[in-house]
Amino acid sequence: MSEGLSAWDRLLLIRDKARPSAADYIPLIFDRFYELHGDRLFGDDHALWGGIAKIDGIPVTVLAQVKGHTLEENKRCNFAMPHPEGYRKALRLMKQAEKFSRPVICFIDTPGAFCGIGAEERGQGEAIARNLMEMMRLKTPIVSVVLGEGGSGGALGLGVCDEMAMLSNAVYSVISPRGCASILWKDPSRERDAAEMLRITAADIVALGIAEAIIEEPAGGAQKNLQLMASNITEYLRGAILKLSKLPIELLLQRRYDKFRSIGEFTEAE
Amino acid sequence: MIQELFEQVKSRVAPPRSATPQRRLDVPDNLLYRCPRCGGVVLMEDFEKNGRVCAECGYHARLAAPERIRMTVDPGSMQELDAGMKSCNPIGFEGYTRKLEQLQKATGLDDAIITGECTIKGQRCVIGVMDSRFMMASMGSVVGEKIARAFEYAVRRRLPVVLFTASGGARMQEGILSLMQMAKTSAAVALHNDAGLLYITVLTDPTTGGITASFASLGDIIIAEPKVLVGFAGRRVIEGTIREKLPEDFQTAEFLQEHGFVDMIVPRHDLRRTLGHLIKLHARPETDTAGITGEGEEHV
Ligand SMILES: [Zn+2]
Repeated sequence: MSEGLSAWDRLLLIRDKARPSAADYIPLIFDRFYELHGDRLFGDDHALWGGIAKIDGIPVTVLAQVKGHTLEENKRCNFAMPHPEGYRKALRLMKQAEKFSRPVICFIDTPGAFCGIGAEERGQGEAIARNLMEMMRLKTPIVSVVLGEGGSGGALGLGVCDEMAMLSNAVYSVISPRGCASILWKDPSRERDAAEMLRITAADIVALGIAEAIIEEPAGGAQKNLQLMASNITEYLRGAILKLSKLPIELLLQRRYDKFRSIGEFTEAE
Repeated sequence: MIQELFEQVKSRVAPPRSATPQRRLDVPDNLLYRCPRCGGVVLMEDFEKNGRVCAECGYHARLAAPERIRMTVDPGSMQELDAGMKSCNPIGFEGYTRKLEQLQKATGLDDAIITGECTIKGQRCVIGVMDSRFMMASMGSVVGEKIARAFEYAVRRRLPVVLFTASGGARMQEGILSLMQMAKTSAAVALHNDAGLLYITVLTDPTTGGITASFASLGDIIIAEPKVLVGFAGRRVIEGTIREKLPEDFQTAEFLQEHGFVDMIVPRHDLRRTLGHLIKLHARPETDTAGITGEGEEHV
């Protein structure tokens, strides 16, 4: 359906302000969502929501990076760029999920973790690093879905999981194409070229062994049919949770470790 | 957003701040060292004798990995692990293969890290040293794999790990695979941590981007050399966001310690002794004697 689009075409689609965000999907996917606020250390980050909900009668913990549709909304959610307290709230709620044996569902949609003075003072690097380590050994299933933009370390802070899916137009990248272009050619306007070089599309991410599934979007992108998109995501989540919940925790953790451990390509001396 | 880090790191260090006119001395350049922080000029010989620390301002200049190892480990004790592991340009990034070959030739390194087993003041440990000469010690598949293997090796032999970090972040030339090395290395740290073993990080100039958002921030004890640059986002990126100049000490070791992210700042000439003491302090009776034998031999 969305085959044949270039990485650049897809970037334009996901930058569309009308594209649904996690805030639009959550009420359609879950029976009821109780938002839980704050990291208990510093504050509450509106760029990263957390809460508990039910899907098919199964209680789950939901973590989501949330973009706005208007400038007003985006100011409040900081364009989905979390501060350290966002990642620490996520970790608090993941530990809570572990305690109550609830699967964790992460919706990734961020240009990246926020870059600013407060973020540095409060340890943006440390907050993400801590999540990577703790998610790796969290004793409950974790499923991540990249809804739109998977921006670097800020995305990975919710991306250590047992199974990952990409919406068919979503991208996941180590660096923004714009950033890459400005380093490579000292010319940020060549982001289009960089986008094609970085292998950031859903098909690339699956081919490279980082995601397991692609959730198909309607022609013209998720924004063309919110209901259909939400139901496609729901269907994927049901299947993934059902499958992962059957695995013994030991096996689940071993699979998770092995998945990330095996990523990377290199040659070795004889 | 591990953006513009290479640029940022370069710009932070390359141009000397010295507004003072530089006196042209009739001495060949390689006999002099000009400090990028204070602009002071000293004889290269004195600078080297001082462990590549500026006598004027205390700036701890970057070290090549082999030099750091020579300064840190007991003579003759270093046994390198995974030598010869090289990048294969996994996403076919234009110009990357050539760049790798040039750097391998220029530095004698395979990639941006050397790992191995050694003793420091008689204490056995696994050591890893990143080298900023190699693509600003950015982390791609090779760096990630060598770090993961170093931790796994240490788990099998019940050894502590000491990592000297320096990096511009994840290596964009390997795309998403580089980003995933952050998860991979953090997984290996978790494994080592679960085994109850000691992990010490030594943050050196510059430790930035994806490295601070993974293994560099996960040490049981985090040491930094004085005045080094440590941070997640590039200075220029932040200045672009907030549209004002950042304070001079922003993202220095001292700044990080003040905000609670560094345990101790240790000058270079004290590092070897400090590491030796800390490792000894954590030694348990069963790890004092030679390591566990007979457990599956190393991957080749
Ligand atoms: Zn100086």
